[in-house]
Amino acid sequence: MASAEETKDTATSHSLAPTDDEAPPADDAVLDLGKKKKKKVKKTEDGEGADGEAAADGGLDLTLKKKKKKKVPKEGTEDEFAAKLAALDLEKDGGDGEETAAGEQSGDMEQGTGIWKHDETKEISYELLLERFFSLLSQKNPDHASTGSRSYKIPPPQCLREGNKKTIFANIEEICKRMKRSSEHVTAYLFAELGTSGSVAGSKQLVIKGRFQQKQIENVLRKYIIEYVTCKTCRSPDTDLNKGENRLYFITCNSCGSRRSVTAIKTGFSAQVGKRRKMQG
Amino acid sequence: MSIENLKTFDPFADAAADDDPGSSSKQEDYIHIRIQQRNGRKTLTTIQGLPSKFDRKKILTVVRKKFACNGTVVIDANMGEVIQLQGDQRKYMQEFLCDKKGLELDPKTIKVHGF
Repeated sequence: MASAEETKDTATSHSLAPTDDEAPPADDAVLDLGKKKKKKVKKTEDGEGADGEAAADGGLDLTLKKKKKKKVPKEGTEDEFAAKLAALDLEKDGGDGEETAAGEQSGDMEQGTGIWKHDETKEISYELLLERFFSLLSQKNPDHASTGSRSYKIPPPQCLREGNKKTIFANIEEICKRMKRSSEHVTAYLFAELGTSGSVAGSKQLVIKGRFQQKQIENVLRKYIIEYVTCKTCRSPDTDLNKGENRLYFITCNSCGSRRSVTAIKTGFSAQVGKRRKMQG
Repeated sequence: MSIENLKTFDPFADAAADDDPGSSSKQEDYIHIRIQQRNGRKTLTTIQGLPSKFDRKKILTVVRKKFACNGTVVIDANMGEVIQLQGDQRKYMQEFLCDKKGLELDPKTIKVHGF
């Protein structure tokens, strides 16, 4: 069982590993600077936070899927390992060993048999107790069991090509509804980020100038969600965007009640592309 | 199955970062790296808001050689001097700005836009 514990340890520490990887290079960079040390350290923390955020949001579906993929094989290996252990014990002790091994390890926790009997005095290992806790938790309170990272799913953006130089973003309305943001706000952000312009076609579609792939738009949407949708305090995407006093935008979280200001969308410098526009300007 | 208590996520990391007086007082000091599509698969990269202590021309000469691309300094009425590079150099430029061999800027002040 010891090695099983090890595998489990790695499983839990898996989420920590990338942050550890991140830290050392930053530290190396810090070595020379001295002055900037504080800032840099904070930056790495921020990076962790962002990572956590991304993971917590689930962003779009992708991250979630990955997580699930990670989880499933590990549980599988654990079971296999348990099976192997049982098999080993069988070989050692012969026929009688089967019962003892089974008695030690298993027993139905719901029916209260085996080791889970009410008047059983045998010590129950930590791992078994932990297992029991989580199985009960997932049975009775599935909301808590989902480790806080509730999936936040947004339909993938549908991109069509109009002619050669324009992209149609077909389901912007649907996505905006899911995020509870006005489509104007989202389009403004999209245009500012992509450095283009565009228009709204008749049937609630967005026509963007330039060629964009679905993946690229998805990336921009992800950034939008991180910046304008998720609550920074509790990471819930259940937020409202309101215009507060002084023309500032505020995000109010519906689940924890926190409120934070959000930077206005700004289009930065845009270079003149093509000669014709130069004549106008 | 991960355990809630064992996560090393620090819930106050963001708050601490925001409270840092040095960074929050100069909100407008971000360096923006943007991308713009031109015709075909050509793109432009613009770097806006570099601190004035740097000589843009000198940066350009270094960068041009390093990234093997051409570029100019455009003087804009609102945005000041903006470096314009040919092609998608966002990633390289960000590395260059933060690198010890480059400008050694704080990565927090740099914002990369675009897809």
